[in-house]
Parts: sequence; structure tokens; C-alpha cells
Amino acid sequence: MSKVVQSSFVYVTFIRTTAERLWSKLTTNEFIKEYWFGVQFKTEWKAGATWEMRYPDGRVTDSGEIVEFDPPKRLVLKWRNEFKPELKAEGYGLCVIELAPMGEAVKLTVTHSMERAESKLIEAVSGGWPKILSNLKSLIETGEIAMK
Amino acid sequence: MSDDAIFRALADASRRKLLDKLHRKNGQTLGELCEGLRMTRQAVAKHLAILKKANLVSWKREGRERLHFINPVPIHDIAERWISKFEYPRLQTLSKLKKSLEGEDRE
Repeated sequence: MSKVVQSSFVYVTFIRTTAERLWSKLTTNEFIKEYWFGVQFKTEWKAGATWEMRYPDGRVTDSGEIVEFDPPKRLVLKWRNEFKPELKAEGYGLCVIELAPMGEAVKLTVTHSMERAESKLIEAVSGGWPKILSNLKSLIETGEIAMK
Repeated sequence: MSDDAIFRALADASRRKLLDKLHRKNGQTLGELCEGLRMTRQAVAKHLAILKKANLVSWKREGRERLHFINPVPIHDIAERWISKFEYPRLQTLSKLKKSLEGEDRE
């Protein structure tokens, strides 16, 4: 059937906020730290710029390049793991982050893909994203979700 | 995206089976999802629509095909609501024990 040799996942969450506000949370290094387990994110936030993410202890976890920077709609990052040799060996994958206003919320879609079958990187990051997205959602909606 | 829609979508064995299939192999077409199921294509499409509406299944276009993905984010939100991060390791240990005793297959 499908001939696509690719590993990927598509995660979607709806966050009650505006696209502008969500975009600023996604692209402000100090905010990222709050919902991404304390990582330090470094980049100049423009197309063509490199980016780098470090654990709080300074080890580089992942790095890459910003491919598209289209606020407040679309962010595309080239993405490579840096701290696990077997993951780093897979090379660069692509992470696409899309924002679409839907009524009182914003639909946030994260697509992470790798041009190879059964990518270990995709397996590794697929466990992390739901936590990050949940953190981000409750951070922005502040407490509201606990009651719904 | 109401919690009711998520729980209603999950309260059906056929729909859970579709999620299991996507969990085993992510990114399938409707045709692939139908393989090995004793359901008509229309029935599978209907169940998929309910799962999509509940945000449990996401999709993307790949050429002429539409690939479906399991979206665990709402399930994670539900788990987070009642499970604190301190309980999580203990629950994981229990779940591993249960799986090793009962086997992975719980269908």
C-alpha cells in the first residue's frame, strides 16, 4: 500500500489562547524552559538560524536549523539528536509546528518525521512530546483544565 | 475538545482496536487500517471520524494518500489530571508486573 519510507508522528492539542500568545510561548527561550523540563533553548529565531537545546546541566541534547519561521502560523525545524550516538547517526529529521485558530482555541499540530523506516529518534521523541504539550497547555490555560 | 467526546470515543471495542493498530504501526491509510478487520470500509471510516473528532487520531496528506496517526495527547492530559508525577514510577512498575504475568496481548 503505502510506499512512503518514513517514520513520523502527528500530535495535536487544542489550547484556549490566541495564536500570537501561543507563538510567543513557543519561540521565547525563557518560556520554553518552563514547560520543557528546564532545557536551555538557544537560537535567533529567524529562518536560516541554527538552534541548540541543552539540559540544565549544559549537555547539548538536540540541535538543528530553523527552516521556516512564519509567525504566528508555522515553524519548521531541522532536528538532530546530539547526545546519543545511535540517534545522532540517523542524521536530521524535520519538526513542523503549525498553529491554527479554531474558535476560542488554537489547534497546535506537531509533526516530527524522519526519512527512514523505524527511526529510533522518532521513537525517542514521541514519548516526550505529549508531556511537553500537556505542560504547555496547562501553563497557558493556568489551572482551568483541572476543573473541566 | 470535550472530555466527554474522548471517553465516548474510547468506550467502543472497535475503536480501541483501531487505536491499537495505529499504536503498533503509526501512519496508516484507511485501506491499511481495514486489513484484517471484520468490518466494512464504511464502518472503519465512521469509527475513524469519531476518533478524529475526539482528537485521538490525527492525520496528514502524503501525496494522494491520507495517513492516520494515533494522537496520545488527550489521553496523556487525562492521565496527568489524576496521576501525579510521584505516583508515575510506582504505577509503571505495577503495569510492567501485570504485563509480564498476563502477557502483552490484552485484546
